[in-house]
Amino acid sequence: MSTTYDQLVKDLAPKKFGWKGNTWMIFLIVIILVGLYSYIQQLRHGLSITGMRDYALWGIYISNFVFFVAVSLVGSLITAILRLSNVHWNTPLTRIAEIIAVAAIIMAGLTIIIDMGRPDRMLNLFTHPRLQSPIIWDVIVISTYLVISLMLLYFPLLPDFRILSKYFQKNARLSKWYGRLSLNWTGNDKQRRIYSHSIQALSILIIPVAFAIHTVTAWLFETTYRPGWDSTNFGPYFIAGAFVAGTSAVIVIMYVLCKVYQLENYITDYHCDKMGKILVLLCLVYLYFNLNEYMMPTYKSTEEEATHLRSLFTGQYARLFWTAIIGGLVLPVIVLVFPQGRKPVPLFIVSLAVVLGAWWKRYIIVIPTLSHPFLPIQGVPESWRHYSATWMEWSITFATLANALLIITLLVRFLPIIPIHETAEERNIVESSLTNSI
Amino acid sequence: MKKENDNEQESRRSFVEQGLKAGLLTLAGGALLAKVFGKSESKESEETIELMSTDGTLMQVPTSAVEHTHETKPGYDPREGFPNRKFVMVVDLAKCRNARKCQSSCNKNHYITGENAWIKIYKMQDNEKSAPYWQPTLCQHCDEPACVKVCPVDATFKRRDGIVLIDNNRCIGCRFCMAACPYSVRVFNWSEPWQGEMAEQSEYTPDYAGVPSQKGTVDKCDFCPHMIDKGELPHCVSACPNDVFSFGDMYEDSVTNGSGQSSKLSKLLKDRAGYRLMENLGTQPSVYYLPPSDRVVDFEEGLKNYTEFKSVDKP
Repeated sequence: MSTTYDQLVKDLAPKKFGWKGNTWMIFLIVIILVGLYSYIQQLRHGLSITGMRDYALWGIYISNFVFFVAVSLVGSLITAILRLSNVHWNTPLTRIAEIIAVAAIIMAGLTIIIDMGRPDRMLNLFTHPRLQSPIIWDVIVISTYLVISLMLLYFPLLPDFRILSKYFQKNARLSKWYGRLSLNWTGNDKQRRIYSHSIQALSILIIPVAFAIHTVTAWLFETTYRPGWDSTNFGPYFIAGAFVAGTSAVIVIMYVLCKVYQLENYITDYHCDKMGKILVLLCLVYLYFNLNEYMMPTYKSTEEEATHLRSLFTGQYARLFWTAIIGGLVLPVIVLVFPQGRKPVPLFIVSLAVVLGAWWKRYIIVIPTLSHPFLPIQGVPESWRHYSATWMEWSITFATLANALLIITLLVRFLPIIPIHETAEERNIVESSLTNSI
Repeated sequence: MKKENDNEQESRRSFVEQGLKAGLLTLAGGALLAKVFGKSESKESEETIELMSTDGTLMQVPTSAVEHTHETKPGYDPREGFPNRKFVMVVDLAKCRNARKCQSSCNKNHYITGENAWIKIYKMQDNEKSAPYWQPTLCQHCDEPACVKVCPVDATFKRRDGIVLIDNNRCIGCRFCMAACPYSVRVFNWSEPWQGEMAEQSEYTPDYAGVPSQKGTVDKCDFCPHMIDKGELPHCVSACPNDVFSFGDMYEDSVTNGSGQSSKLSKLLKDRAGYRLMENLGTQPSVYYLPPSDRVVDFEEGLKNYTEFKSVDKP
């Protein structure tokens, strides 16, 4: 553990992409371009290019939106909740979590615009808002969350930007930019006081806002009468699910970055073990909410609920439903309760399954309900009774996912993935080259 | 050449303007005169008309005592509705045999070109042992509309006369209102509606048949304010060969069916045990249904028109 300061900065400073990084970028950009082509078609021909129709009036755009909101919640968990509970082992993961939160919340906002029939009239949301509509609440809390998340990403970066400005002395332009971004950070006592106070304040502030974004997103569904959405359980149910989705997303990306940048000295088996334990707890909480969400309506089996639940348990959506519940929640818990299951490789695989399960779980929440309205579906083409996404819809959805990954990739390219300043302080490594570098 | 044309148009416009002004002056003068001499005149000529009071008794009232409140223009605001009116519809399920004339007339007059009919006739059967019946279903124009509650931009709105409308110039196409409506009456323009010249001629107002429809916005039954304005019944009411629909004004306590027969609303609902759809949701619809008991038509007859998978003929 006798890392020197110079070694630490060298390890953690952002690096230029090799051929792997560039290929990855090109791969993402190609997916985005294909999605962009489909979106232009959608603008020209209307939402008729999707599989949505009058009954299945929302589709994978909306379930994808819920997924993004869910993932973005993790920034508040890893950074804020753990920080406020005085836990320190999470330091190497805070930046990754914040980057994911920012990327996900930006894409959540964009995805909801993609779903709109008239994106050209988006400003009506600000010029003619009606406060009793949950969509307006969503607009307010999502933009608030974006601002706080950006600040919570930026503030802890100030000392790191100063360090990088010195580190990249040979590259004048890069050094100048990092210097500007550091906002004249010198590390004196006054600055340190403001720095820690503001991060503390943001950590407290972001928790209620994070809860709000996902509760309001749950209310988008809960405010309707429809079977499957007409539940009092939806707010906490969505939040519990969001923590599961976000935590597993952090684990997946943490593992990949650790492998690509050889950060084994910083993100260790210990971190994997800890994150694995957290994921088990969150999965169990989410399973508990699922039990409430599905058991009680099944027990009562009112006509409408029973039709809806039958389609989930044994009908059209059964395969998807049980795969998401068992493969995305039950099996991961079973694997992760064993210490061997929390080693990096199995943890990565399990988390990947949880992320995929979380995406499809949102599909299960949004789509089946719409095919069971109160009045019969008659007098419309047969195909309108079922929803299946078209390839254009899929390509746009994949493009939004690729875009989130692109934002993460670009931020990783220019920001230190692991906070340098905080790591140095925690390890008591003093800045040896302080005098001769100024 | 062009200049001359412009001049010609200019002079014509000023002529029209002056004519209008003169007309208005005359009207105003007439009104003033009527105001001054009105009282003495009414006492002299005891001309009376027959009116029905809210409890159903007929009485003679001097014409001068009758105030005409239904003349809508001027001062008619499409978002406020017709002053002092509250529209209501009664659907008699005992008479419906799925003739589908309501639907084809509605489609024709609202230039509905896709599968998105505003009125649908469902084949209903409440339970296995009870008899099936046909249920024409249109926008219920609720007094507590779930759709209006959730609209983020005030595009769909409730008027004082009870009608729920959509401003297609305001709608952002989020489809939240469609998810909120328990009656599934809202339809969406998934692509360009292509309604042809007829629909595009008129300038858009939310109360004129929602014409022209716009890509990426929501449509639904509008209770035909454009027909009410002319003093006529909505298209579905007059098109029905079986007098299933009656339309009227809650304040007048009277509804009229397609053949022109009026009935007293409160008596009709009491005698026939009228009900509203999904009363338990608290949406307070303006459409009442009379149960399909003592039927005057044969259910089976409607089966030949029943197309589960397609909307009826388009204009």
